[in-house]
Amino acid sequence: MTAYTRRHFLTITAVAGGGLVLTISLPGCRPKSGAAPTAGGPIDPGVFVRINPDNTVVITITKSEMGQGIRTSLAMLVAEDLDADWNQVRVEQASFAPKYGEMGTGGSSSVLSNWKRLREAGAALKGMLVAAAAKDWGVDPKDCRAENSFVIHPASDRRTPYGALAAKAAALSLPNQVTLKPKAEWKLLGKDRSGVDVADITHGTAVYGLDVKIPGMLYAAIERTSVFGGKVKSVDSAKALAVPGVKQVVQIDAMGDGINIHAGVAVVATNTWAALQGRKQLAITWDEGPRAAESSESYRAFMTAAVNRAGEETVNKQGDPDAVLAKATKVIASTFETPFLSHATMEPMNCTASVTGNQVEVWSPTQFPDWGAQSLAKALNTDIKNVQVHVTLMGGGFGRRINPDFTVEAALLSQKIKQPVKVVWTREDDLRHDFYRPCSTHRIEASLGADGRPEAWRHRVSTPSIDVLYGPKPPNGWGPNETDGSANMSYRVPNRSCEYTLLDSGVPRGWWRAVSTTHGMFAVESMIDELAEAAGKDPYEYRLGLIDKVWWQQPPDSKEFPFSPDRLKGVLTLAADKAGWGKPLPAGYGMGISCGFDHLGYAAEVFEVSVINDRLRIHRVVVAADSGPVLNPIGARAQLEGGIIQGLSATIKERITIVGGAVKERNFDGYSVLRINEAPAVIEVYFVETDTHPTGFGEPAVPPVAAGLANAIYRATGKRVRTLPLGLRMA
Amino acid sequence: MVVRLTVNGRATSLDLDVRITLLSAIRDHLRLTGTKEGCDRGECGACTVLVDGRPALACLMLAVSADGRTVTTIEGLATDGTLHAVQQAFVDHDALQCGFCTPGQIMAAVACIEAGKANSAAEIREWMSGNLCRCAAYPQIVAAVASAAKAGR
Repeated sequence: MTAYTRRHFLTITAVAGGGLVLTISLPGCRPKSGAAPTAGGPIDPGVFVRINPDNTVVITITKSEMGQGIRTSLAMLVAEDLDADWNQVRVEQASFAPKYGEMGTGGSSSVLSNWKRLREAGAALKGMLVAAAAKDWGVDPKDCRAENSFVIHPASDRRTPYGALAAKAAALSLPNQVTLKPKAEWKLLGKDRSGVDVADITHGTAVYGLDVKIPGMLYAAIERTSVFGGKVKSVDSAKALAVPGVKQVVQIDAMGDGINIHAGVAVVATNTWAALQGRKQLAITWDEGPRAAESSESYRAFMTAAVNRAGEETVNKQGDPDAVLAKATKVIASTFETPFLSHATMEPMNCTASVTGNQVEVWSPTQFPDWGAQSLAKALNTDIKNVQVHVTLMGGGFGRRINPDFTVEAALLSQKIKQPVKVVWTREDDLRHDFYRPCSTHRIEASLGADGRPEAWRHRVSTPSIDVLYGPKPPNGWGPNETDGSANMSYRVPNRSCEYTLLDSGVPRGWWRAVSTTHGMFAVESMIDELAEAAGKDPYEYRLGLIDKVWWQQPPDSKEFPFSPDRLKGVLTLAADKAGWGKPLPAGYGMGISCGFDHLGYAAEVFEVSVINDRLRIHRVVVAADSGPVLNPIGARAQLEGGIIQGLSATIKERITIVGGAVKERNFDGYSVLRINEAPAVIEVYFVETDTHPTGFGEPAVPPVAAGLANAIYRATGKRVRTLPLGLRMA
Repeated sequence: MVVRLTVNGRATSLDLDVRITLLSAIRDHLRLTGTKEGCDRGECGACTVLVDGRPALACLMLAVSADGRTVTTIEGLATDGTLHAVQQAFVDHDALQCGFCTPGQIMAAVACIEAGKANSAAEIREWMSGNLCRCAAYPQIVAAVASAAKAGR
């Protein structure tokens, strides 16, 4: 593969002591859409590669690490085409800087947007090191090669390490053209590579947001309004201030504007324990605001009514499903319901901030340092040039750490108290002040033609849209993003529509791993199973016969990587084959299948379960996935397995309940997530490596889970499950 | 009151409020931040340490009740720079994703193996069920514990 570097975007600098730094500023190929909002700002993506005289190669990572292994994968991209010795590769986490362009980590997009530019960076740098060595030796660069951080001239059996060439290479001009290594020559990519942070983590020395300590730092705990939209009417802080170690009690005002900070009262102390003790002593009178009567029940009543009439927005319409359904002799109709979900990252939210005058510096476990920096500048009324955001390791993200709320809140508090402060969220704070995966109700009505294939399909969706919190209504409405996985379902139906009705809700919503497809695909993949049954067909064969390059307008398909029916069929066939689809099973056992595409990746899953004495056991899960070439198989498998288990956890157990405008659940006892003894004993992972641009594995395996499991339970028990969570006890 | 602890082989004494948890003593007072806080009520296992060689949830234990006892945290598991067999098994099996729960998982696994409860995958899954991993590195955790147990036999 030949790539052309754009020289004016590349700079190379010698550094003191004989090293060199290469700055690559190539406009990378960015995803068209994704979970994450566009943070805006100047587009000037940049990355640094530094070669030190001691032969270490230091790669700046501009994406956030939350367990998805991105610090490893991105370093592998550079190292592969640089032909660097992996044992001498180090990574450094970038703090926010506009030169890095989009730093936001989400939407399974990090490999997608860095695949080309990081490999080009490695290849360009290698070209210069080879040129420097060749010049030294007085030979043609074409007669030299690079291997394991050495340039080698085989004919004369000479070899020089990169570190010794760095200073000389820095004086050369950059190559006009670079050649990327073909897959057959890959040494690093495509092979299992343990994570770059594994050593620190297993030693207990890795630094997460909660572990940050800066000089002079105080600690704060914040009592936030439990009723969303509530305000502090008055606070008596006398008792709190009497707690030894408590320094100040500070009121925090609510902030909307896409930042979404809750009103509350902060207790600032010399240590976390004192802050928490002081917080317990606060006597706050709340104005509960206009949302206090809202509940999961009131939402459910609204959404149920909404999906039983025409939607406020028509997201898509092809043919005339209304007319066909009106005339059909038999209409198959089902309603599917899903609750709000919490991200429940293992590390609760937290942020350490130091604000002095107009200078803002934070240490934040954030997925979006760029959105964080812009929000800080706006909320603290300072120029973004005065804002520093340092990104720590994070104990899970799953989309929660996209939001800038916890970062800005800490900085506002530091500004008020004029001291550095770490705001620590308890598990209860984290669970009750998340940005939740929206609840949803879906109703699909369908009719079949004489051949058993669907003739009409009308899908009505109601949710509290995520986007409402972050900006004005887009010209094409709230529906397209909320119906990802619904409106763009890929089964051929001549008359189809998708309609959407917005639920007004005070509950904060955000991007939960794979986002809207998590509920949309539950409805679609359950319904297609019901239609197969009504048609008397095998659900696998039925799907295979219907997957097509179907028409849809919204949400828009990717222009660069449009939906490929062949890839979806590819993973479906592989999963069914590997699972032994159709094999006889004992009584009480069942197999369910589902598939879908999400964030440009394709996944199909088969679940083998038993339900005996009302106890569910998941014996085996088979997943086949296609996100193009697999760069780090051990990491890709972990993402698929983790995605499936998180999907199962949501399907079986997880539910955020709203009562009186507030979250009812408080900790992991009320918001139960899947434990190791409940996880499937066997998850088999298979890849279809379509020769295309690689995309991510973090999300695509999540959305098919709910329907796949529900379909398996149906086969085991004869009962369709259409409301989540299942609430079944695990055997 | 003054609490005397031997933490990772080092005797230490701390003047603490009697209501301070062992977790707070370890993280905030001794600055050993490898031990994590995930829920503060014994639900998640991220704070698992060994007290006199037995697993304890440091968030539920008062520091005073560890007075005079021996505490081992993740930082005290390696000897002379050599990883404990369980740490090594977690490395070898890549038995983590974000790693936040990992210190607790490793400490629970050490206890699991020492208690002789790592004889089968089912036994490991049962013993380790107090330790949540939201990233769900569960398949690799089972494999790591099994292999460390096997190596020790």
